[in-house]
Amino acid sequence: MADGRALICRRAGLRLWLSLGWLALLVVVAVLAPWVAPKNPLEQDLFSGRLPPFWVHGADPAFLLGTDSLGRDVLSRIIFGTRIALAVALISGTLTCVIGASLGLLAGFYRGWVDIVISRFIDIWMAFPPVLFSILLIAVIGPGLFSIILAIVVIDWTRFARVVRAEAMAQGAMDYVASARVAGRGRFSTMLREILPNVLPIIVVLLTLEMGIAVIVEAILSFVNLSISTDDPTWGGMISEGRTSIHQAWWVLVFPLITLFLTVLSFSQLGEGLKDRFDPVLR
Amino acid sequence: MSFLEVRDLSVRLKGGGPLLRNVSLTVAAGEVRGLVGESGAGKSMIGKAILGILPRSVEISSGAIVLDGTDLLTLPPAMRRQRVGATCALIPQDPLTALNPSRRIGPQITDRLVDILGWKRAEAEARARALLHEVQIADPDRVLRQYPHELSGGMRQRILIASAFAAEPRLIVADEPTTALDVTVQKQILKLIAGLQARHGTALLFVTHDLGVVSKVCQSLSVLYSGKVVEDTDVARFFAGPAHPYSAALLAATPKYTDPTAGLNPVPEAVIAAVRAEVENG
Repeated sequence: MADGRALICRRAGLRLWLSLGWLALLVVVAVLAPWVAPKNPLEQDLFSGRLPPFWVHGADPAFLLGTDSLGRDVLSRIIFGTRIALAVALISGTLTCVIGASLGLLAGFYRGWVDIVISRFIDIWMAFPPVLFSILLIAVIGPGLFSIILAIVVIDWTRFARVVRAEAMAQGAMDYVASARVAGRGRFSTMLREILPNVLPIIVVLLTLEMGIAVIVEAILSFVNLSISTDDPTWGGMISEGRTSIHQAWWVLVFPLITLFLTVLSFSQLGEGLKDRFDPVLR
Repeated sequence: MSFLEVRDLSVRLKGGGPLLRNVSLTVAAGEVRGLVGESGAGKSMIGKAILGILPRSVEISSGAIVLDGTDLLTLPPAMRRQRVGATCALIPQDPLTALNPSRRIGPQITDRLVDILGWKRAEAEARARALLHEVQIADPDRVLRQYPHELSGGMRQRILIASAFAAEPRLIVADEPTTALDVTVQKQILKLIAGLQARHGTALLFVTHDLGVVSKVCQSLSVLYSGKVVEDTDVARFFAGPAHPYSAALLAATPKYTDPTAGLNPVPEAVIAAVRAEVENG
């Protein structure tokens, strides 16, 4: 028993540290991008187009991960793309979480007409096809970082609201809530003091998942050219550009893809790891 | 004068049938009243109505709940909650869900004293420690820092009892406080509640389906069938000979540990039919 528990702890710990490590690296790279990146990510050099990564024959060691068809340095573009990916993940993830979780908590704990209003609103909201909705939104207010963040918040708050509502409802039926009410605690105060701490682990998991999703959504929108202006390097934009020359220069597509994959995986594993660590029952 | 007087209280499902039918009962200051009946008779519903924690799906249709001279049902909700919070407490049925799993024991006992009754934190902590000592928890300082899941069911019920007595309430509703515990622990917990009740002079409304428990703890009792009080008597008289045929059958149905060959005597069908007719017509 004790051994099994220790094993789970250790594995959860490893998962947590690996994902934290990768995300920390991204943060550092994003903050220090101008100093870390070996080249200017926008600088074109048609004479050194489609250079392979360093270990392949014919590579130029100055371009570690090769260059794209316009001769721009792939590594530098990935590094600058990190800035946008992280900004979108953090800002839209947090906003989505705050809006969705608040509404879900209110609906799940207050029940009654509050719940009816919020739940019906969620149902109606979810009936819109999300991708179409975001493309429409961006077409209307124009592409840019702000539009992407807004699109993600507008689409995804329902995910938080739904899950948090269900959990708040389950917690609200517990005897400890009744005890708090008997003791004279008001509804709102009961919600914050008794319910919220018990819903928090779920919110944390959802938040980190949402950050991963935000990174993907940003990449998708870049892929269909609805994100930032095409000059700014984004992972999705790089994947999109690399697709056209996949047979001549696979590295233009593959490296941003790997970065994206590791980032999304890290966000989801971070959530799971944090949950295991901070849930008092599992700890 | 009695501290709590429930007069002709009726509770029904919203848009549905009655759950309590003109229930009247009194609890004098310092008195222990048992509230017995089979599952679904409405025992817990009475306690919840008094404390103002009825489920959303039911409503009070008529009657009065007079607590210390004031009818709670005429008060606005905030006043009512304040009044109940200052004078009443609950010992819940299931110790496993009655403590907040994500908070330490200490704050769960003291918060109420500090936030709602305006105690100083140090005072509240001293009080919590003293009470845990009183419910025979060996190492109060350690327990106060622990999470509920680190403690056994019996320990948690002790903590809930301590917490109920923390603010020196004048009335405690104990909603089947021993049902979720195993028999060996039940006895200790009962002793504990009875001891604390006697020392603190708290009135107790003891909801249970166990007549054995009633005989040990209570002074008076109300027998409930299908939301109606069929007998209201004191314990000595009840065990000498219940007045109502349903009560008599209920008492006869209690298993006798002293005579294992006696078998079980379920309440006879005829008695059930009679009491049902009586409840539904009266």
